[in-house]
Amino acid sequence: MELQLKIWRQKKADSPGGFEVYRVKANEHMSFLEMLDVLNEQLIAERKEPVAFDHDCREGICGACSMVINGRPHGPNQGTTTCQLHMRFFKDGDVITVEPFQARAFPVIKDLVVDRSSFDRIIQAGGYISVNTGQPVDGNAIAIERDTASMAFDAAACIGCGACVAACPNGSAMLFVAAKVSHLGLLPQGKIEQDGRVQKMVAQMDEEGFGNCSNVAACEAECPKQISVSNIARLNRALIAASFQSS
Amino acid sequence: MLMKWLVDFLFRSSIGRKVVMSLSGLFLIAFLVVHLLGNLQLLAYDGGRQFNLYAYFMTHNPLIKTTSYLLYLTILLHAIQGISLAWANRKAKGRTYAVSSNAPISSFSKYMIHFGMIIFIFLGLHMYQFWLQMKMGNAPVLSYPGTDHPVQDLNALVVEAFANPYYVGIYVVSMFALGLHLWHGFQSAFQTLGLNHPKYNGLIRMVGKMYAVAVAVGFAVIPVILFFRQV
Ligand code: HEM
Ligand code: SF4
Ligand code: FES
Repeated sequence: MELQLKIWRQKKADSPGGFEVYRVKANEHMSFLEMLDVLNEQLIAERKEPVAFDHDCREGICGACSMVINGRPHGPNQGTTTCQLHMRFFKDGDVITVEPFQARAFPVIKDLVVDRSSFDRIIQAGGYISVNTGQPVDGNAIAIERDTASMAFDAAACIGCGACVAACPNGSAMLFVAAKVSHLGLLPQGKIEQDGRVQKMVAQMDEEGFGNCSNVAACEAECPKQISVSNIARLNRALIAASFQSS
Repeated sequence: MLMKWLVDFLFRSSIGRKVVMSLSGLFLIAFLVVHLLGNLQLLAYDGGRQFNLYAYFMTHNPLIKTTSYLLYLTILLHAIQGISLAWANRKAKGRTYAVSSNAPISSFSKYMIHFGMIIFIFLGLHMYQFWLQMKMGNAPVLSYPGTDHPVQDLNALVVEAFANPYYVGIYVVSMFALGLHLWHGFQSAFQTLGLNHPKYNGLIRMVGKMYAVAVAVGFAVIPVILFFRQV
C-alpha cells in the first residue's frame, strides 16, 4: 500500500513547526510505528532528518508512543495504542495527518515528541503509597471486596500515555489523575493517605497548567486503556471531601 | 483570613471552580422551573389578571425578593466563572489539531461557552425589556377589584413585545441555546459533584434531556403563541 503522510515537523521547542508531506510504501502487517520506521529509513537514505517520535515497549504497555493520527490520539481504533495500531486499518492511497499531542502542559520537544514530565511531577506529588521496605507482604493478607478490587484494577490499567490530555479540548489531565487516585485510593493500603494525595495531586495538576474538566468525555473515548470517566467523578468526590475535611 | 481555604477551593482549584459552576447551574435549573410555571400563566385568557397578580406577589414578598437578588448574583457568578474557565481552558489547549476528531463525546459539551454567551446577551435584553421597565414603573397601572393595591400591567408589556416578530425570533433562538446548554449541562453538574453511579447515570441523563427539551420548548412557545394571537 502506498500512503501520503502529512507530518508535523518542528526542530525544537521554540521553533515554529509546520506540516511536511511524504510518500511511503507500507504493508498492512506493519504497525503504525513500523510504517514510520520505513519512512525514516527512506529519509536517512535521502540524507534528510528522520521524524522524531516517542516509542519504547511497542506492545501497548509503556505509554510512550504519543501522536495524533487524523485528529485522534493513538489513531482511529478504540482501546489501542499507536504501536498496536496496524496498517490494515488504513487503505491504499490514504492521506494520514500525524501531529504531536497538543496541550500547554505537554510542550513539543521535537517533531512528534512532547515533554510529558508534568505527569511525573503529578505522580511525585502524591501518586504513591508510603511503605517500609523489606519482604513483600502476603497479597491476600487483607481481604478486598471483589468489585472494589476490579475497579482498582481497571484504574490501574492507566499507562500514563497522556492521550486523555491530548484528546481533551481543554487540555485537562483529569482522567489520568482520576485513574491514579482511584487505583490507589480504592485499596486499603492507599486509603490511608488518600485525602492528602488527592489534594496534592490536584494542586500539582493545576500548577502544571492543565485545563479544567468540562465533562466532554473525549478522554474516555481516546484512552487506549478505556479508563472510565466515572473515575473522574470519584476524584471530584474525593477532592471535595478532602477539601472540607482536612485541617 | 479564616475562610481562605474555601475561597481558594471555590475560585482557584480546578475542581472547586467547577463545583461553583455545578451548584450555581443547579440553582438556575431549579429557578427555571418556577419561572416557566409563572410564565405559562401568560397564556390564560383573562386579560393578564392572573399573571399580573402573580408578578405582583413575586416582587413584593420579602422572601422571594431576597431569593431574586441571590439569583442575580448566581447568574453573574456562573457567567463570570464560566467565561474565566473557558478562557483558561483555551489557553491550556493552545493549538488545535489540523484534523478534527470524530470520536464520540458528550453532545454539545464543547460549545457550553457559546450557548452561555447567547444566554447572557439574551438575559441583558430580557432584563431590560421587562424587569427594568417594571422597576422604573413604565408599565401601565391597573387596579383589580378585590385587591387593595394597584398592580402593574406587566402582561401588557409582554404581549406588546411579542407582537414584534424579531423579539419572538430572538427569544426562540435563545431558548434553543438554553436547551442545548442544558442537554449537556444537567448531567455534567452531577458528574462535577461526583454524583455518578451506574445505577443512576441513565436516569440522570434521561431526566436531564427531558428537562432541557421541556424548558426550552416551554419558554419558546409562549412568545410564539402570543405572537399568533395578535396577527
Ligand atoms: C439560566 C441559565 C443557565 C443555566 C440553567 C445554566 C446551567 C449550567 C449547568 C447545569 C452547567 C454544568 C455545570 C457543570 O459542568 O458542572 C453549566 C455549565 C456552563 N455554563 Fe451555564 N447555565 C446558564 C447560563 C449560563 C450563562 C449566562 C453563561 C455565560 C457565559 C454560562 C456558561 C457556562 C459555561 C462556560 C459552562 C461550562 C463550564 C465547564 O464545564 O467548563 N451558563 N451551565
Ligand atoms: S487515563 Fe488513559 S489516556 Fe490518560 S494517561 Fe492513562 S492510559 Fe493514557
Ligand atoms: S510504545 Fe509502549 S505503549 Fe506504544
